[in-house]
Amino acid sequence: MTIVQFVLVGSALFSIGLFGVLTRKNAVLILASVELMLAAVNINLVAFDVYLQDPIHAGQIFSLFIIALAAAEVGIGIAIVLMIYRNRQSADPDDLRLMRG
Amino acid sequence: MTITLSDWLRESANWVFLLIALPTLFGAVMTVTSQNIVRAVLYLVVSLGGTAALFLMLGAEFVGWTVVLVYIGAVIILFLIGIMITRAPLGTNAALSHDTNVTRPAALLSVVFLGIVAWGFIDAFGADAIEPFEPTPTADLADAIFTRFVIPFEVVSIVLLAALVGGIAIARRDDEGVSS
Repeated sequence: MTIVQFVLVGSALFSIGLFGVLTRKNAVLILASVELMLAAVNINLVAFDVYLQDPIHAGQIFSLFIIALAAAEVGIGIAIVLMIYRNRQSADPDDLRLMRG
Repeated sequence: MTITLSDWLRESANWVFLLIALPTLFGAVMTVTSQNIVRAVLYLVVSLGGTAALFLMLGAEFVGWTVVLVYIGAVIILFLIGIMITRAPLGTNAALSHDTNVTRPAALLSVVFLGIVAWGFIDAFGADAIEPFEPTPTADLADAIFTRFVIPFEVVSIVLLAALVGGIAIARRDDEGVSS
């Protein structure tokens, strides 16, 4: 096993998530694409943690923090989408043009 | 140092890797392209399950099972609840993605980004092999979290609590006192 094969899967997942964030029109699906990007970062962290034989496993612990913060982010994100939907009857971020001059 | 593809394929662990990585990437592609919103989220399960399997392959057992519990167990349910509450169209609907005038530049940007990052990693690490390793004992992670990383751990706890309270405060219906 080489380090590059894991890192390349992570990079590909990140690129796919980037594509999803740029092209999706539904706020829930944009959040799902962000989850893909965070999962990609986790793969890189764990792969380098194993590759570098870190005695305190900082990479794995950091990925655990990212998992916890991603869960918090999704909770807040869904709550915001819910509130926007309640006020404007739409889950499309492009419909929110109140700040446009 | 270079290794050829046939050398790489001679190692049996790499076949396991391909068996995990290809469904992972397929699930990710379907997540961002599927025109059925529920199916897109269910393909996310495939992709995240694949990442959990990659963690297990790297010996990171605790992280792998945490991904299964937190992502597949909780976050996916949250997504499905979000979809159902916003009453997004549950069937096939073309309005889930932008038109080609957005998707084409986005695809180009993603591919260019992947090319640059992949070139950088291959240039820097080439064919460096991962040394044989033992699975990470969860006790080692616990020792590190509660000694070296105890302050970040507490900060994450407070962030989670704040997110919980904030989520309830945002999503709560504020109509006590309002006649409805």
